[in-house]
Amino acid sequence: MKLLTHNLLECHIKGVTNKYPFLVEAQQVEQTEVDFNPDFLRRMYPKLDWKAFKDTAEGLKLEGLPDSVTEEMLKSDEAFLRAFHHILLEVDVEEGALICPETGRRFPIVKGIPNLLLNEDEC
Amino acid sequence: MKLKDLQSLLEDCKPFEDPKVELEQYTTRPHIASHILHAIDNSYEGFVGTTVVDLGCGCGALGVGAAILGAHVLGIDIDEDALAIAQENREEMNPWGEDEALSIDFVRANVLELSPGMRDRLKADVVITNPPFGTRAKGVDMEFLRVASGIATSAVYSLHKTSTRSYIQRHALKTLGFKKAQVVAELRYDLPKTYKFHKKACTDIAVDFWRFEVLSKQ
Repeated sequence: MKLLTHNLLECHIKGVTNKYPFLVEAQQVEQTEVDFNPDFLRRMYPKLDWKAFKDTAEGLKLEGLPDSVTEEMLKSDEAFLRAFHHILLEVDVEEGALICPETGRRFPIVKGIPNLLLNEDEC
Repeated sequence: MKLKDLQSLLEDCKPFEDPKVELEQYTTRPHIASHILHAIDNSYEGFVGTTVVDLGCGCGALGVGAAILGAHVLGIDIDEDALAIAQENREEMNPWGEDEALSIDFVRANVLELSPGMRDRLKADVVITNPPFGTRAKGVDMEFLRVASGIATSAVYSLHKTSTRSYIQRHALKTLGFKKAQVVAELRYDLPKTYKFHKKACTDIAVDFWRFEVLSKQ
């Protein structure tokens, strides 16, 4: 599971109000290389919850993301764009769990795939 | 990428090992998957730099194909056996081998349970889906389409039985609020004998490849 995917998921247990972002528990993290496309990053930036992204990255000891991002950085700051790309797309949580911020319910991540299926009494 | 090159990559897509009848699991055959992806890539949105959600991705033929063509893809399926194969396909079908990974992730979830809040967060340029045709659970393909309509910002591409064409056209425009609904191609879907209740070794059914254009929301 990439941090981009984490940024798009929320806890969908019925009745939960504090559903975002999931806390990430990581037992195994891998790194891959993905094609660097700055235009993709520029398009994704407005869709992301930056604070959730940065906080989650720091929880995984991935440093280097700024608190806020300026247009200038998105346009031409190569070092920033490289760091943004790497943390967004090249870090994969292979084993661990997503944890609902309200209920503490663990959704396991096995072989890179988070399991968000709900039990009958949760939907 | 040329159609024949794409098809040859998709030939390596590993199919379901033990298809589950209640989920109507049929592998999207390589020639169908490659035609669909090639049409989207060349005649419509194109894949480079776009985001794609593959609903009910199964073994990942469409999703992995879209990632090969340059999209960032999220594949969603309820079945863990299918997802395990999809993860293998993501590695095995990657034309760049060890040097570079495809930008694709998989999540295990019930497509029909994705809450409106989640659909909103998942927003993607394109949704592709080869849904269950609804022969076992009636109307499930329309439910997939409803969920897809809440995720796509540009278009939804989907396969449905040709016999339901006029109903789908009406439903897509009136109920789901798509701006346009058009059949891009009519395909012969060669279903090899997958389940015991299939009497013939191979049955051709007529399937429409649809494009549903999303009304842009300001």
